[in-house]
Amino acid sequence: MSGADGFFLDGLRRIGSVAVFQFRLLVQCGPAFARPGLIVLQVYNAGARSLIIIMLSGTFTGMVLGLQGFDLLQRFGSEDALGVAAALGMLKELGPVLTALLFAGRAGTALTSEIGLMRATDQLTAMQIMAVDPLRYVVAPRFLGGVIAMPLLTAVFCAVGLFGAQLVGVQMMGVDAGSFWSQMQSSVELRDVNEGIIKSVVFGITLSLIAVHEGYHSEPTAAGVGLATTRTVVASSVLTLLLDYILTAAFL
Amino acid sequence: MAADPIASSPASAPADDIVVDVRDAHYSISGRAVFEGVTLTARRGQITAVMGPSGTGKTTLLRLITAQVYADRGQVNVWGQDVARLNSRQVFAMRRRMGMLFQNGALLTDLDVFENVAFPLREHTDLPENLIRNLVLTKLQAVGLRGAAELMPAELSGGMSRRVALARAIVMDPEMLIYDEPFVGLDPIGLGVILRLIQKMNEALGITSIVVSHDVHELASIAHQSYLLADGRVVAAGTPAELGRSESPNVRQFMSGAADGPVAFHYPAPDYAAQLLDQAGS
Repeated sequence: MSGADGFFLDGLRRIGSVAVFQFRLLVQCGPAFARPGLIVLQVYNAGARSLIIIMLSGTFTGMVLGLQGFDLLQRFGSEDALGVAAALGMLKELGPVLTALLFAGRAGTALTSEIGLMRATDQLTAMQIMAVDPLRYVVAPRFLGGVIAMPLLTAVFCAVGLFGAQLVGVQMMGVDAGSFWSQMQSSVELRDVNEGIIKSVVFGITLSLIAVHEGYHSEPTAAGVGLATTRTVVASSVLTLLLDYILTAAFL
Repeated sequence: MAADPIASSPASAPADDIVVDVRDAHYSISGRAVFEGVTLTARRGQITAVMGPSGTGKTTLLRLITAQVYADRGQVNVWGQDVARLNSRQVFAMRRRMGMLFQNGALLTDLDVFENVAFPLREHTDLPENLIRNLVLTKLQAVGLRGAAELMPAELSGGMSRRVALARAIVMDPEMLIYDEPFVGLDPIGLGVILRLIQKMNEALGITSIVVSHDVHELASIAHQSYLLADGRVVAAGTPAELGRSESPNVRQFMSGAADGPVAFHYPAPDYAAQLLDQAGS
């Protein structure tokens, strides 16, 4: 078999494995709601514990957006439109995408290595021997926690980011606060907000699935868990940007 | 290699006494044969020891019995049922009748000792909280760790982890307990404690036990029936005393811990002198 064939087959096998895993996981998501405490704990782990990095990154991203936007709009004498430009850029693109990338690095890796280590230390096998399905007890709550946390984090990122843009545009560069906010209010439509929400939900499902899948199927060794964590970050980042393009094209 | 003649010793017991019956099991992992016709039985209320050098697939045997993997050929019957024919619901029902002690304890690291022992009860029963509490404390008392109920697994020594895991394994009152290398990495005191507990579980509760280990002398003191695995087969079977008297070179090497014998000291390699003199290879 040539290298290209092997690569293709391997890729196909991986997609098949993820699809089967997703089906089994979805079947267990319903029963997982019988233990809401486990899901809340994972929303806390994936969401609340990512808040600081999300808020810091959001602020700086918004400040850069404010600065660049001001520089660009000033050339056309339309710096009053900074509020709209910042809001659209933040809600439609930067918010969902950067949150997803940060999520992959912060929460995705944590999920993969945690589940991978549970596999390596026989905890998942022990559950199976105790007649408890680890998909229901371990994987489904973590998956659902990630899916719930991502849109919430995106919302926080956008809100903090707009504050950052306002900080630079209005407070430092002297754009009129009234026109900054009023133009934003009149020009940003519900479908712009929806685009960001749908993107964040899609990213949340995709990235959480990748993270738990890689962890669940990692080799039960130190090197195996490390490799799985790397794969989570790489696959999450690439898929986020690919899906972002597809979703953007679909919305236009 | 033919099995030792003493392998056929416990043939007189009634058939319904047999809890685990492995018949001519063949199993291979990615092309490498682990078992080439293993046959052994474990009887109700007895301690059955499975011994053998490292890498002979002792743990794999436990995976066959607990239906984590299935034999390529041959049969694995547990409580009279062929595990390969069970669906996942039946497998879970079968596993609820057994407890397993893992080599490293395999405690759930995000739960404390109490919650680890309570875990099977919370998952499988709707018992009121005070009853769960009493059951868990009883089992922890049995392994001497009632005082450690609030510790996290990371705060326990290796021996303590294994005792907590044992408490967890018996909390559902299983009919059979499976121990995977229960003595590995323990100091003499910890080892003595585990040994005494295995015996106590068997004598006081009548639990059928399967112990996989390579600690010959520890096992010999408690086992009713022993099997020695080598080269994918059972090479000897009998009571520990019978194995001690065996003339089979396999058994002799293992029981006395000789470095060389049927299990070679050297991993298969090309001729030593030829390899050293082979300039092309350097």
